[in-house]
Amino acid sequence: MQIDLLPRERSTATLNLLILLGSLLAGLLAISVVFALNGVNPALAIFSIFKGSFGSWYGIKETITKAIPLILIGSGLALAYKAKFWNIGAESQLLVGAIFSTWVGLNWGPHLPAIVLVPLMFLAAFIGGALWGMVPAVLKIRFGINEVISTLMLNYIAAEFVKFLVVGPWKGASKGGYPYTDDLPAAAILNQFPYSRISPVLLILAVTGALILGWLVYRSRFGYEIRVIGENTYAAKYSGINFFRTLVVLMAISGGMAGLAGAGELMSIHHYLSYPDSLSAGYGFTAIIVAWLARLNPAYTIVSGLFFAGIVVGGDAIQISMGMPAATVDIFNGMILVFLIMGDFFISHRVRIRLGRTVDA
Amino acid sequence: MNRILCLEMRGISKSFVDVKANRDINLTISSGEILGLLGENGAGKTTLMNILYGLYRPDDGEILVNGEVVKLRNPKDSMRVGIGMIHQHFMLVEKHTVLENIALGYDEAPFFFPQRTLRKRIWELSAQYGLDVDPDKPIWELSAGEQQRVEIIKALSRKADLLIMDEPTSVLTPQETEELFDILRKMSSGGHSVILISHKLEEILNICNRVMVLRKGLLTGEARIEEVDKGKLAVMMIGRQIAAAYPKADINPGDVVLEVTGLDVDSDRGLPAVRHLSLQVHRHEILGIAGVSGNGQQELVETITGLRQPLSGSILMKGVPLDHADARKAHTLGITHVPEERIKYGIVPNLLLYENSVLKRHRDAPFSSWIQMNYGAIKDHAGKLVDSFQVDTPSINVRVKNLSGGNIQKLILGREISGGPELLVAAHPTYGLDVGATEYIRKQIIELRDSGGAVLLISEDLDELFMVCDRIAVMFEGRFMGQVTPESCTVEEIGLMMTGSTIQEE
Ligand SMILES: Nc1ncnc2c1ncn2[C@@H]1O[C@H](COP(=O)(O)OP(=O)(O)OP(=O)(O)O)[C@@H](O)[C@H]1O
Ligand SMILES: [Mg+2]
Repeated sequence: MQIDLLPRERSTATLNLLILLGSLLAGLLAISVVFALNGVNPALAIFSIFKGSFGSWYGIKETITKAIPLILIGSGLALAYKAKFWNIGAESQLLVGAIFSTWVGLNWGPHLPAIVLVPLMFLAAFIGGALWGMVPAVLKIRFGINEVISTLMLNYIAAEFVKFLVVGPWKGASKGGYPYTDDLPAAAILNQFPYSRISPVLLILAVTGALILGWLVYRSRFGYEIRVIGENTYAAKYSGINFFRTLVVLMAISGGMAGLAGAGELMSIHHYLSYPDSLSAGYGFTAIIVAWLARLNPAYTIVSGLFFAGIVVGGDAIQISMGMPAATVDIFNGMILVFLIMGDFFISHRVRIRLGRTVDA
Repeated sequence: MNRILCLEMRGISKSFVDVKANRDINLTISSGEILGLLGENGAGKTTLMNILYGLYRPDDGEILVNGEVVKLRNPKDSMRVGIGMIHQHFMLVEKHTVLENIALGYDEAPFFFPQRTLRKRIWELSAQYGLDVDPDKPIWELSAGEQQRVEIIKALSRKADLLIMDEPTSVLTPQETEELFDILRKMSSGGHSVILISHKLEEILNICNRVMVLRKGLLTGEARIEEVDKGKLAVMMIGRQIAAAYPKADINPGDVVLEVTGLDVDSDRGLPAVRHLSLQVHRHEILGIAGVSGNGQQELVETITGLRQPLSGSILMKGVPLDHADARKAHTLGITHVPEERIKYGIVPNLLLYENSVLKRHRDAPFSSWIQMNYGAIKDHAGKLVDSFQVDTPSINVRVKNLSGGNIQKLILGREISGGPELLVAAHPTYGLDVGATEYIRKQIIELRDSGGAVLLISEDLDELFMVCDRIAVMFEGRFMGQVTPESCTVEEIGLMMTGSTIQEE
């Protein structure tokens, strides 16, 4: 048997889609092995996951609820990754956004009507996420510090800071010793569709946000410059693109989107700031895969966000019904990311496998 | 494996999505021959050679070595039968030494002390063919000519009998070209065969035994070298003679456009590259800079176009100082730039042709407003560029990396010339262009000058400089050895100045 790797000479949209589906399938197969090793029937487990998320009204509503932060964050990450700026820090940008909007909510909330307060809190969250996102961009351009390291480290800093706030200065008087802030005033709380946890405002925000970022990447001047930077930094230099300004703005948007997700979770679901892991459930990391599955087109995160939200919801369901450990969902997502990235290789290469011996020269 | 006595490609065809790159091509080469492969940009030369090297598979046809069919599925297969290829862009690991680069993929080294065997082999090959390199130098310290020799040793150490060279001389100085040809002659008398792609007809006449001409993917002509001359080759290639001279409007130079005074610039390695250099370029004037590459031309160009920070000195563009490395500012002041390393700087290979057609001009009207790109206007512009500069491409919606080398260059030239710049800084603008395109580009540069533009033309091709320029400055070790007009000077005198001797100015 002989295996040849050749550069692929042509690639079409259909082919790319097939490769995408192939990678997903391969990922599912690999996960099946994990399930089987745990003594669980893999077909049943995977079926249960998707039944849990898309098989009932309750599941669908929960899936949409969780898709919202994934779309907000994922579209911002797709934007950053287009410039090959590897932002792994969305989790902390989300937290800083939540901190900023909590501050606005608690301090100004009691005196303002919802119509003013809600936009202000979103704005504050965007600014918070943006500032936190700009730090690694500045560090990279001014001091050459690798953004993967800096964004990852900033995650810890932000998480510890939130913990400090909720057990220390911001600890709520009304919370009986729990590490929570006080509840946000009623004007800060977002309405939800009846019998669901979906906030219409957030849903609109996420969908329009993803579409606007999609426009930004493929239609705007800023997006053009981002793509030039991402594809060839020498050409970007040659064409006089301002790296500093472009990357700082880029990360402000990317971080700001994560900040919005933080405010959304706060104002729609939790109503007060609490421990980092209860606020976010790792959305900042799952969104990395969301961006990748969307092939770095922010608009497509609307679809890929729903898909991964489905896995999160379905994963929760089988944890309970089949007694799987909580890490199941993480393994699931990790496997899919690995296979998606491997799939990219087959977009640029093709493999020929021939069986039997061939006569060689 | 026996040596290649005779290699035959039979009925080779190869199509890409919208292009028939090769159509039913037959090629034969026997031991000791040097075969020249000629053809317009995009004719399919590189594609045909990539097939022979196992990088592409033909849709149709077969390859025979010594009369037996061989299957070349990848470069490894080709190397095994004795085919080596040197691409125009060298494939060496910059940070590794010569020895380490040659060791990569060298199968015959023993497990213990592999260096000793390899060093001996390198030494033998160098002595045999006059391939002079220091095995312990890292690649990035080597000149283009030296890197090429490393590639040749690498191919020979893997027992290549047939060496394919794709436009090997475009990166070489005339001196290095001569050295390369000496090496090739030695190889051919030792029984190696060579396929040489080049757009320089003199070189083909000088070194080859036989030529083949491709046109639009078809084999359209074949001749023994004794039967042809430059004129006949041009006719075989483009169906007509080429211009021997380029008429220029009789206009005196106008106002100063670019004024450089006392410029000092360091190279990347921190060594002085440009030393206290001054120059002026006027409207209606083409100033040529002659010189062996590596004498500071690249650093000078990069400083003027805003890509490199000078140590001291001043650059005035129409009276406006250009003192920081700021490519954007250089562009807004009307400077355009055809870079020497065109694939690296001049294009974004993965973006589409029309997206590349406005690189650097993407902020100008009508291509974008303050926030939005105007892709309608951009596509119009790209279409016009492709038409007027005869860029051979199936459409403007292809990735630029799929264009042939010469067509990428035409696109860059079109982009930089077509806006009617105040100052065009062009480094080796006709490298890699076929004779027809070369003629067209030279005419365009002269037209730009006639219509009021200033041009700074960097070239090693003295004939080109003599045909096109109003004034020629010769650069050596970062300084000008003198400035002359083509009428008052001979090619020989300039050749002398390029090696560092000064002559009296007229
Ligand atoms: N990978 C590819 N995908 C699509 N089209 C291709 C690809 N490679 C080459 N082509 C097309 O095939 C044709 C022949 O290209 P090739 O590179 O062989 O030309 P060439 O004779 O080497 O030209 P040049 O002198 O400019 O280097 C061109 O029209 C080119 O656009
Ligand atoms: Mg070519």
